[in-house]
Amino acid sequence: MGIIGAPIARVDGRAKVTGRARYAAEAAVPGAVHAVLVQSTIAAGVVLAVETAAAEGMPGVLAILTPQNAPRLADVRPQAQLVPNPTLQDATVAYNGQTIAVVVAETLQQAEAAAAHVRARYRADEAITEMGDDLADAYVPKNFRNGMRKPDSARGDADAAFNAAPVQISATYTTPVEHHNPMEPHATIARWDGDRLTVWTATQYVSGARATLARLLGIDAGNVRVICPFTGGGFGCKGTTWPPAVLAAMAARSVNRPVKLVLDRRQMYTSNGFRPRTLQKLRLGATPDGQIVSLRHDGFTQMSLGDFGEFAEPVGLASEMLYAVPNAAVTHRLVAVNQGLPTYMRAPGEASGSFALESAIDEMAAALNMDPLDLRLRNYAESDPHENRPFSSKALRECYRAGAEAFGWAQRPLAPRCLRDGDVLVGWGMATALYPINRSAAQATLRMGADGRVFVRSGTQEIGGGTYTTMAQVTAEALGVPVGQVTAQLGDSAWPHAPVSGGSQTSASVLNAVVAAADALRARLAALAGLDARQVQLAAGTLVGPDGTRLRIDVLLARHGLDTIEATAESVPGDEKQRFSLHSFGAHFVEVQVDPAIGRIRIARHVGAFDTGRVLNARTARSQAIGGIIYGYGMALLEKTEVDAETGRYVNANLSDYLVPVNADVPDIVTIFVEKPDRNANPLGVKGLGELPTVGVAAAVANAVYHATGRRVRDLPIRVEDVLA
Amino acid sequence: MQAFDLIRPTDLPAAIAAMGKGRRFIAGGTDLLQLMKENIETPSALIDLDALALDGIGADGGGLMLGALARMADVAAHPAVRAEYPAISQALLSAASPQVRNMGTVGGNLLQRTRCVYFRDAAFPCNKRTPGAGCPAIAGQNRMLAILGGSADCIATHPSDLPVALAALEATVVMQGPNGTRRVPISDFYLLPGTTPGQETVLAPDEIITMIEVPASAWARRSAYVKLRDRASFEFALVAAAVALDVRDGTIAAARVALGGVAAKPWRAMAAEAALVGQKADGATFAQAAALATEGARPAGRNGFKVRLAQRAVARALGALV
Repeated sequence: MGIIGAPIARVDGRAKVTGRARYAAEAAVPGAVHAVLVQSTIAAGVVLAVETAAAEGMPGVLAILTPQNAPRLADVRPQAQLVPNPTLQDATVAYNGQTIAVVVAETLQQAEAAAAHVRARYRADEAITEMGDDLADAYVPKNFRNGMRKPDSARGDADAAFNAAPVQISATYTTPVEHHNPMEPHATIARWDGDRLTVWTATQYVSGARATLARLLGIDAGNVRVICPFTGGGFGCKGTTWPPAVLAAMAARSVNRPVKLVLDRRQMYTSNGFRPRTLQKLRLGATPDGQIVSLRHDGFTQMSLGDFGEFAEPVGLASEMLYAVPNAAVTHRLVAVNQGLPTYMRAPGEASGSFALESAIDEMAAALNMDPLDLRLRNYAESDPHENRPFSSKALRECYRAGAEAFGWAQRPLAPRCLRDGDVLVGWGMATALYPINRSAAQATLRMGADGRVFVRSGTQEIGGGTYTTMAQVTAEALGVPVGQVTAQLGDSAWPHAPVSGGSQTSASVLNAVVAAADALRARLAALAGLDARQVQLAAGTLVGPDGTRLRIDVLLARHGLDTIEATAESVPGDEKQRFSLHSFGAHFVEVQVDPAIGRIRIARHVGAFDTGRVLNARTARSQAIGGIIYGYGMALLEKTEVDAETGRYVNANLSDYLVPVNADVPDIVTIFVEKPDRNANPLGVKGLGELPTVGVAAAVANAVYHATGRRVRDLPIRVEDVLA
Repeated sequence: MQAFDLIRPTDLPAAIAAMGKGRRFIAGGTDLLQLMKENIETPSALIDLDALALDGIGADGGGLMLGALARMADVAAHPAVRAEYPAISQALLSAASPQVRNMGTVGGNLLQRTRCVYFRDAAFPCNKRTPGAGCPAIAGQNRMLAILGGSADCIATHPSDLPVALAALEATVVMQGPNGTRRVPISDFYLLPGTTPGQETVLAPDEIITMIEVPASAWARRSAYVKLRDRASFEFALVAAAVALDVRDGTIAAARVALGGVAAKPWRAMAAEAALVGQKADGATFAQAAALATEGARPAGRNGFKVRLAQRAVARALGALV
């Protein structure tokens, strides 16, 4: 194993656990004052007046921004990846918890105290507070996948094939609103220097934040700098630049002081998106020997009635291509309610969509009296049946095999309620994981000094996945230096452009740019030495020529009067999307133990096997995998944002009542990487790992609960009352 | 949170004397600070009890004496508590997290406010906070709320684990105020909501809990606490049961059963206790008694399963004793 792939510890781990890693709210910005949001307590209507007199008279209060007095933004039309509202631009209220004022004061305590004394008078309109089972007003998304995909697709005749199929499954699955809940709340410090704006903000996309702020504030992007050396978890809620960052900049301009705005936990539920509620109707038809001849997946997902843009959870895309089904139909519809705008949340679409699809496959296996893994293998897609293209690579069969073997799946009795441990029912379930391979244009700069130290720099983000570490590893390997000599720098929009840390694309985008920059640097060194770049290698601080002669780089640089040498390169996607279907794959095998007398569900064992292409760091990869799996446990058994139907207000908007897994909920998790570098996807051969491991976990758990109890739970999360005998 | 003064008395009389309108005592602060952050509590001054020497833990043949300021973690780990009053130790260890138990005091734990999500959000009306304001919880998200002892005004539950164990072991709460010391059995300490859900205990505003006394008994020695919840740890109870048995030659001589998570107070299940006494200590007896534990239950809509679950908690806890 070279440096790439080695399980080295995170280079920023010590800084993170000792508090020396500085997150957005911790930036030292002298003179910063504090802003606190005030949010609505009605779900629909108009703010007639925000009564601020009492609060304005309180100690330290500098300004209160309201719909009446807030600075006007330059352009408030919603568009892809840009959510301009609610930013106090009008008095309309479209959901409970919408920001209606911003209080700025000298100290956080003063701002919070004053915010509690701001009162709003409303004209309340009738609200649709929840997406229920009434789908009469469902509509077709206007801008599905930002126009890159069609909301509906069909091949063959799914309905006719279903009607003719001897074995039929028809079921409806629902998933609730879920929130990302990163440990670090959204936080922004905004400072104006004349018409130049510097922003420290918790983001998955420094360049996106720069573009959004420039556009909304009406200034040149070159005058905006966004800094974010560490992001304390994002999971999608920091991918888009949400209104609080904009409000911080507006407030800073109003009071002519740097302003810090940190959301409290309750506001984290109403200010930066969530995974929408879904209702999914699945219909499968099969022959008695297990050939699935028809698949229909009609997905309905929650949208906002507010004028905030559009987000459609793409629940059916996996159903289009996961199995070799000749007749398939997929539709996506939206149901708008008085709630905020949903957004990307770890494996958007695949996470909730696979719960429905992989539960339905399990139901079909039960109806056929067939092993669920055998059914999946029986319908294995050797090429993408939707795009009609080969996969760039697909080692799903190997994932099934390795995972099943490690788990002991072959010992699974077919019928439910056959495994027991005393009075505890034991069940084994499985599901498939998949996620698209994404890649965007990215740039990186490498600088090598005569002292052998190397700096690698890119305007990407570290959101917990280990980007500092993998940047250093790839650089070290490409330049032939020890990883300890490499310093990675990221999280600054002033640096070479990188895409959003979303869609599991950071490695495929940024690290291929690092490789390209290393090639460029080697070429520059070769040129200095008068050699052909294609014939030299870098090793141990030397340039190795075609005849094996070594030239010390410090000597080479000195000869040219240089202290350092630098190269920047961009890596862009090629035509792989036209040539291949690009996906990573995996399989989950889960054992649950259900104590029916007390309704207790515990996950006892888990094997996850993943085809994620090349593994860059065995340690951070495992960390990503178990983190993603645990995220799936929350979805399966715990997480649900509860709405008060009368007011449309979230009632469990805190980490006490909104349950995420704790260590005691997590068993020993075995992770297996079926490592096959995918050079068809990108030069490094990486496929992306940030989201894949979450996909399928909820279905695998639900399928295991069925196997344990004989009860099929189609509504997440699965809780005590669902299995209580 | 609103600005407040901090008063730091060094002895009990000074602390009591410092109490006045709009002021609150603070011990561990693990609950009060949350309520202040949510503007549910807006005291003008906090009277810090930390300097009062009320954190002793004593045990002798007659019983257990817990100073009100003893930390939850220290009581849970105390050898005498573990050996002679296991339900107390188990209840404390099932509560919150190690960090919270290191801060929280046993006296404060008795006074933890309900976790009803409507009570804790100032944007909702709440009869507990403002008499007559209304209760959206009754027709709303009531999965966690009371199945016993509720009223048309309030179905909040008491969230703490310790008082459930104390109810089963018939503890006494010792309080001191301007007029001296009072001792109240824990069964009389809490009030059901009725039409005055804001009044949760008999403790007067200027009284301080100084001690909790638990009598020694054969059944205390054979006691257990079972807590059922969605998450494996760090969550309030859906339901809980504290049980205690005195078993002689296989026959139950005395029994105590209390439920948690089901009412505004720890719910003594007298009918279940009566069904246990004189019977053989076996599964059949336990199942019969457990079925009586929720007598009079009136679920709210989303919490109907808690009736059965509470019975199962009782059966499970009793089963752990033999």
